[in-house]
Amino acid sequence: MAQPPVPLKDMKLMDVKLGQLPTWLAMRDYTPGGIVGAVRRGYDRYYNKYINVRKGGLGGISMLLASYVVISYIWSYSHIKHDRHRRYH
Amino acid sequence: MNLSFFDQFTSPCLLGIPLILISMLFPALLLPSPNNRWITNRLSTLQLWLFHLITKQLMIPLNKNGHKWALLLTSLMTLLLTINLLGLLPYTFTPTTQLSMNMALAFPLWLATLLTGLRNQPSIALGHLLPEGTPTPLIPALIMIETTSLLIRPLALGVRLTANLTAGHLLIQLISTATTALLPIMPTISLLTALILFLLTILEVAVAMIQAYVFVLLLSLYLQENI
Repeated sequence: MAQPPVPLKDMKLMDVKLGQLPTWLAMRDYTPGGIVGAVRRGYDRYYNKYINVRKGGLGGISMLLASYVVISYIWSYSHIKHDRHRRYH
Repeated sequence: MNLSFFDQFTSPCLLGIPLILISMLFPALLLPSPNNRWITNRLSTLQLWLFHLITKQLMIPLNKNGHKWALLLTSLMTLLLTINLLGLLPYTFTPTTQLSMNMALAFPLWLATLLTGLRNQPSIALGHLLPEGTPTPLIPALIMIETTSLLIRPLALGVRLTANLTAGHLLIQLISTATTALLPIMPTISLLTALILFLLTILEVAVAMIQAYVFVLLLSLYLQENI
């Protein structure tokens, strides 16, 4: 199927060929506004898939909370790693 | 390296960004903005119900002028509620354990209520410093006492929230340390301690919600006197 001639920087990640990947990465928008837009798009995708449904369950929110716990762990790893082999905490 | 139970209250940094920033921004992900559909998803419906409940409770004792504070008080309540409850998850950081943050919330809001009262109805606001029906010899002492109690309000608001949450987190850490330390030695006692830990966690969930409510309620009370 012939793809329409979309400019490289607007192509989605799954359509980018492997050889074009560094160029594609370099052409992305890394300004603060661009990063906020990317985060918002990602969150909107998650929200519309798992939470903004007619009979959403506990899973949508639980995945958010679980990811929050994991991110907090990663953030504080260098602080917590001293407690690994301690005898008395 | 110094080891203390207060290490959990320092906000760890990764790549120069402290965890407190993530903790303050995360509640925004949990509270979706309502769209203009008639029947929204379950989360939005729950959220709307909760906000209506909170706003109604807070706005009933206030007069028409006080209703301008509805957005501020409801959003403050939501912020404190989510931050406190999220802090009970493992490895998370609770921003309201920091006195700096609570004073930054309490002091300007209390000052706003005080200045509103002094600006719009100065004699009534100052009249609150002397309760009705006091015997005449007691008046000077009572005015000083009431002024002190007025000026200590922001301090009390901030410290109350900080102390409650800090104490709760510390207790959880201490008792869980005791449980794990006792497990190889006396398993029965460890089970008892685990039961205490379970009850304490339930208490902490309640405290998290109650403290948020008390903070906002007291603010609305100070507002009632002054608006």
